[in-house]
Amino acid sequence: MLSFIVRRIVATIPVMALVALFVFSLLYIAPGDPAAIIAGDQASPADVARIRESLGLDRPYLIRFGEWSWRILQGDLGTSIFTNLPVTQLIGQRIEPTVSLMVLTLIFAVVIAVPMGVIAAWKAGTWVDKGAMAFAVLGFSVPVFVVGYLLAWIFALKLDWLPVQGYTPLAEGFWPWLRNLILPTVTLGLVYVALIARITRATMLEVLQQDYVRTANAKGVAQKDVLFLHSLKNAAVPIVTIIGIGIALLIGGAVVTESVFAIPGLGRLTVDAILRRDYPVIQGVVLMFSLVYVLVNLLIDLTYTLVDPRIRY
Amino acid sequence: MPAVAQGAAGKTLRFVPQANLANFDPIWGTQYVVRNAAALVWDTLYGIDSQFRPQRQMVEGEEVSSDGLTWTFKLREGLKFHDGSPVLARDVVQSLKRWQARDPMGLMIKAIENELAATDDRSWKWQLKQPFPKMLLALAKNNAPCSFIMPERIARTDPFQQITEYVGSGPMKFARSEWVPGAKAVFEKFADYVPRSEKADWLAGGKRILIDRVEWVIMPDPATAAAALQNGEVDWWETPLADLIPVLKGNASINVDIGDPLGNIGAFRMNHLFPPFNNLKVRQAVMTALNQEDYMRAVVGDDDKLWKELGGFFTPGTPLYTEEGGAMMKAKNVAAAKKLLAESGYKGEPVVCVVAQDMAATKSMGDVTAELLKSIGMNVDFVATDWGTVGARRAQKTPPDKGGWSMFHTWHAGADCINPAAYTAIRANGDKAWFGWPDVPAVETEVANWFDARDLAAEKAALGRLNKAAVENVVYAPTGFYLNYQAWRKNVSGVVSGPLPFFWDVSKA
Repeated sequence: MLSFIVRRIVATIPVMALVALFVFSLLYIAPGDPAAIIAGDQASPADVARIRESLGLDRPYLIRFGEWSWRILQGDLGTSIFTNLPVTQLIGQRIEPTVSLMVLTLIFAVVIAVPMGVIAAWKAGTWVDKGAMAFAVLGFSVPVFVVGYLLAWIFALKLDWLPVQGYTPLAEGFWPWLRNLILPTVTLGLVYVALIARITRATMLEVLQQDYVRTANAKGVAQKDVLFLHSLKNAAVPIVTIIGIGIALLIGGAVVTESVFAIPGLGRLTVDAILRRDYPVIQGVVLMFSLVYVLVNLLIDLTYTLVDPRIRY
Repeated sequence: MPAVAQGAAGKTLRFVPQANLANFDPIWGTQYVVRNAAALVWDTLYGIDSQFRPQRQMVEGEEVSSDGLTWTFKLREGLKFHDGSPVLARDVVQSLKRWQARDPMGLMIKAIENELAATDDRSWKWQLKQPFPKMLLALAKNNAPCSFIMPERIARTDPFQQITEYVGSGPMKFARSEWVPGAKAVFEKFADYVPRSEKADWLAGGKRILIDRVEWVIMPDPATAAAALQNGEVDWWETPLADLIPVLKGNASINVDIGDPLGNIGAFRMNHLFPPFNNLKVRQAVMTALNQEDYMRAVVGDDDKLWKELGGFFTPGTPLYTEEGGAMMKAKNVAAAKKLLAESGYKGEPVVCVVAQDMAATKSMGDVTAELLKSIGMNVDFVATDWGTVGARRAQKTPPDKGGWSMFHTWHAGADCINPAAYTAIRANGDKAWFGWPDVPAVETEVANWFDARDLAAEKAALGRLNKAAVENVVYAPTGFYLNYQAWRKNVSGVVSGPLPFFWDVSKA
């Protein structure tokens, strides 16, 4: 097991190197010029050229890539072209809201979706099953921003229960923190609930046909134990897999959700940076997300051994 | 209102600005949002009032020699920077030098300058090789970059590098530790600020701050900003989307009024270097067919209070606005345009029309233009892209089919178009002109005449001739004048219409 973990961690190095090369090259060939954006409409071409030079954007590709890679190896993600602040500081300012949103969404989705999928499979073909699957289809079909606006309109504007926007750090209290995140969590979580519920139902339907389930039922084992102890554990591998894949969806969905609820997170930082061609920020954030994704996959692989002892690395 | 949204103190004003404050150096970054924030933190020597007159602000008085070659200025007493140090003439001199390097009017002064130097702690002298009648306008103008005054040590920063300290002598201090670019910027009242005794009038007069703290809350989504304003989570929204105005007007707790009375001039620019728009008759054909109403309805909707048809290139409602020679701008004659196009010898060359889709105004105008060009028989190559790409591509002087362009859309703040001082887009000095590079000597002659004019009549005469030449040669194509609303909660008072949001005299109950 330990050697597996070490091998996987070592394997992240070439993966990250490839991601770094890809991101840097993509931005190098992408149209747009941050110097022109900074200089503004009044600037002469000479002004733009001078800004480009001061930012080092006029230097050859290989030199820029080499310098950037060397800094990355030293843990320095560079400095934002626009804010003149270190990229690590910008990420540090934004990481708490995004992590909070993703963790809450994950908890919300798993807590709702797994029981929903299990019960839908148990009651397959009944109105309970149809209702759960109709909810799942709805969750897939309605765009995140529509759900967000609708929830804000009902629970903030009409009922005045929750704030429309913003983020309160956890350090300022659990309830203020949670209040700001309830609507974004539900908004972002619906798609995820739909995805996990459908996979859980499909997997459980297969498992519930197995002989050992029939035996357990014949022995008179309580239904909840049959479902959640005997069956769910055997259906867990695909469910865990889809939760892992879903984290990538969460990263994408967070961009929209953070915009709709004005949450100062990494999603908005990324979009702002892309629109302004703030290369160091884009590169830093993409690298960080890639690393997170690689590590999440490793975690998922390790989780398999917990839910299925037959799996060994 | 949810308790969490009520803010730390009743004297905190929450404001949703037009854009993200991504940097905070008003000389290095010339975006309007930077200028607007900078007006809180840094003071200027003179300020423009609502009648477009330069008024003394940090300056106690000035003298100009009879030959117009030597200007002597003196600072008001008691001015302090936010770090407690006094504002001295050497701070002013260094700040002006940094500003000069980046500002078109500053560069003009620099070109005729003999010496700019402090003569004592409160006075400085500017010696010129030839008179510059628009000196006070240059120091007062609110077009970016403004001549904000910084401590000498900060103003020594290369004008092409960002400053790293945000110390000014303006009425509010920048709370740097609370700045989260893309999310929040905070300004706190500067207790030692000495306002002038006159009543505040735009950037002139006494800038009295009646609130302790202003929080700029960046909201990229207009619907969220509208909901937050209705819910009392923010107090003032600088640029509400036109589509949301009916909702805001229907809320009894919210005031809605025109934001900037100088508005914006919509525009598309044609590339004068390459076919088909290097042909005057083709440019005239396009302007002859153009119907500004189509553009304005696409940009601001059906609210007729929000737009005006233009017969000239300058901001309507301002003293120098003229429609001299501007009939072509209002012709709306497709048949005449087709005739002009036939006479031009247009051979069907594609018009590479580069349109930013991430800006509502440019997207709307681009769609109208594509139809306009097709309606007169032009071949349109519509390139849908984002503003960042337009910004880079429009600087290319290569032919349209080799990475260049034929046409792009933009808009100009009306405040920049009240006269030629900061109106880069009207200049027609060929290679040195703004993108499109029009070369019309008659326009440049009248720009020079305006700078030399010593009274309003002479200025008006010069701009009348300038407008005529600009229309005849189609320096660019204005697509109409439009305004935006601003909205604020009724417990906030003192909000005025102006070219930027003014926080002085604003209070919150």
